[in-house]
Amino acid sequence: MSIFLNENSKVIVQGMTGSEGRKHTQRMLASGTAIVGGVNPKKAGQSVDFDGAGVPVFGNVAEAMKETGADVSVIFVPPAGAKNAVIEAVDAQIGLAVVITEGIPVHDSTYFWAHAQGSSTRIVGPNCPGLISPGRSNAGIIPANITKQGKIGLVSKSGTLTYQMMYELRDIGFSTCVGIGGDPVIGTTHIDCLQAFQDDPETEAIVMIGEIGGDAEERAADFVQGNVTKPVVGYVAGFTAPEGKTMGHAGAIVSGSAGTAQAKKEALEAAGVRVGKTPSETARLMREIVGA
Amino acid sequence: MDLFEYQARDLLASHGVPVLPGGVAETPEQAEAIAREIGTTVVVKAQVKTGGRGKAGGVKLADDAEDARARAQDILGLDIKGHITHRVMVAQASDIAEEYYFSYLLDRSNRTFLAMASKEGGMEIEQLAVERPEALARIPVDASKGVDEAKAAEIVDAAGFPAEVRDQVIAIAVQLWDVFSGEDATLVEVNPLAKAPDGTVLALDAKVTLDENARFRHAEHEALEDSASADPLEAAAKEKDLNYVKLEGEVGIIGNGAGLVMSTLDVVAYAGEEFGGVKPANFLDIGGGASAEVMANGLHIILSDPAVKSVFVNVFGGITACDEVANGIVHALQLLGDEATKPLVVRLDGNNVEEGRRILAEANHPLVTLVDTMDGAARRAAELAAA
Repeated sequence: MSIFLNENSKVIVQGMTGSEGRKHTQRMLASGTAIVGGVNPKKAGQSVDFDGAGVPVFGNVAEAMKETGADVSVIFVPPAGAKNAVIEAVDAQIGLAVVITEGIPVHDSTYFWAHAQGSSTRIVGPNCPGLISPGRSNAGIIPANITKQGKIGLVSKSGTLTYQMMYELRDIGFSTCVGIGGDPVIGTTHIDCLQAFQDDPETEAIVMIGEIGGDAEERAADFVQGNVTKPVVGYVAGFTAPEGKTMGHAGAIVSGSAGTAQAKKEALEAAGVRVGKTPSETARLMREIVGA
Repeated sequence: MDLFEYQARDLLASHGVPVLPGGVAETPEQAEAIAREIGTTVVVKAQVKTGGRGKAGGVKLADDAEDARARAQDILGLDIKGHITHRVMVAQASDIAEEYYFSYLLDRSNRTFLAMASKEGGMEIEQLAVERPEALARIPVDASKGVDEAKAAEIVDAAGFPAEVRDQVIAIAVQLWDVFSGEDATLVEVNPLAKAPDGTVLALDAKVTLDENARFRHAEHEALEDSASADPLEAAAKEKDLNYVKLEGEVGIIGNGAGLVMSTLDVVAYAGEEFGGVKPANFLDIGGGASAEVMANGLHIILSDPAVKSVFVNVFGGITACDEVANGIVHALQLLGDEATKPLVVRLDGNNVEEGRRILAEANHPLVTLVDTMDGAARRAAELAAA
């Protein structure tokens, strides 16, 4: 098993015909993902060639789902159109919408989050690398060839730290790695992933990676204490970040005394999560737990 | 992006929120002219993006235009918690009968917007929230619905505003939502929202934070940027579309991905403890792509920081494989030529790492040291910076 994404997932790409969308569709296909279509109202009816394999382009998400049975959409639509793209996916009742786009105004993400309440769509992101269930399916931009299928579940706000951790523990492997994104408002949280990993029989232990800003890690710590029996190790980035400065990710900012790495680390440790001082130490802690 | 008070005031006024007449001055003469036009007692306020202006002597009353000029003279140039005052706002002074509080903000935890209102304004709202939480109404605002008159009435009544100002505050609440939503703000805070002796309700001071991600639909917000007080290196980086934050330290940092770069700063700071407290000099994320040109631009910025004694290039080859990154570094050093004068510690890991390391070893650049692990490379960079 894996979470949110498996070998039966049928994936469409909104924004497949743009340069980023095309590049990463190629990569997703190469890693074995079942890409069944793209969406672009201006290019509906056409087909995009990926090394000899033609992927059909549909006019909208609902039509793509009807024709292909797609249940996952990966969204590369640029910021100005991203809100409508997500709303379209939600209204079509797709199971999973993975929003890769960076730089979406927070009024737009807050709007589409509100719009998705009570719907059947899980949103991952925005401003995220997506998720991968190694050897099964890859929805987003995570490099597939740095790890393999295995028993660790990974959830992270940061893309590159996700890759780093996947690579360090590549001999053990991962059930699913979810990059939830570094924006202030995101669809799927650490808690959603912790719950899903707890329920997934294939996942034996969980790595959670956080960073400065907001209180998602503190809330996740509370959740672990009450709901997660599998071992969890953690890492938090941004101990040296100054107050009031945005550190790359729109959500990575210490405001006054809120959102510090120290507070997050303390909350996680109080919940029994072992927190590594560096990514490598975090990987070592995981090795001790899974005995490899 | 946080606005100055005068910018926030103008923005509020442009959405119909009642404010007092006033203007912004960069010289005592300008302050005098504005005060003369207003023609009453004025208040001269330092325009700095920090709290505690009053206590620092940055807010003064002036009886007439000459007095306003003298007060502006005192305040301009004043250092308030490290912020130098370059401008003052001169506004009509108002007698205040009552002070209230009103704000809209992004509530990250609940992934929604929040209205906060109190009939007890003037004090720091954090203090009020702790000492008398019952006096602060907190009403979630659904982003897909916004604030109409009915919602505004719900907020105003929850805060228990006095009956004689209720209608005015409801109207202002709708206007402030118009500012918050229409300008893509993440914070609009009016403190105090004041009742003048004649019963009129006015926004006397405001804080506004705008979402820079919304710039594509607010080209006019660019004019609100305070390029004058920006760090020159940060300004240069911004021009090259680089994500750079200047810090106080000696080890220049360059990496790909915001999380990895934040992590790199931390690891360097730990390593630096062993070497007399050496610290990271900056945050610089060159993104997943990491082309030679972007690498060269990044190194150029870092090497122009006189505080930098060594540079740590920390790249994980994911989307862009390590061999491409290594070629980028070699090419960047060629582009920089004599400008590259500080030792560079490079750590590469990920896809095609062997090939990447081979390329760097073969180039054999005298300034470049290759270290296999992030922790080891951080230690080496700190050691070089302390030497």
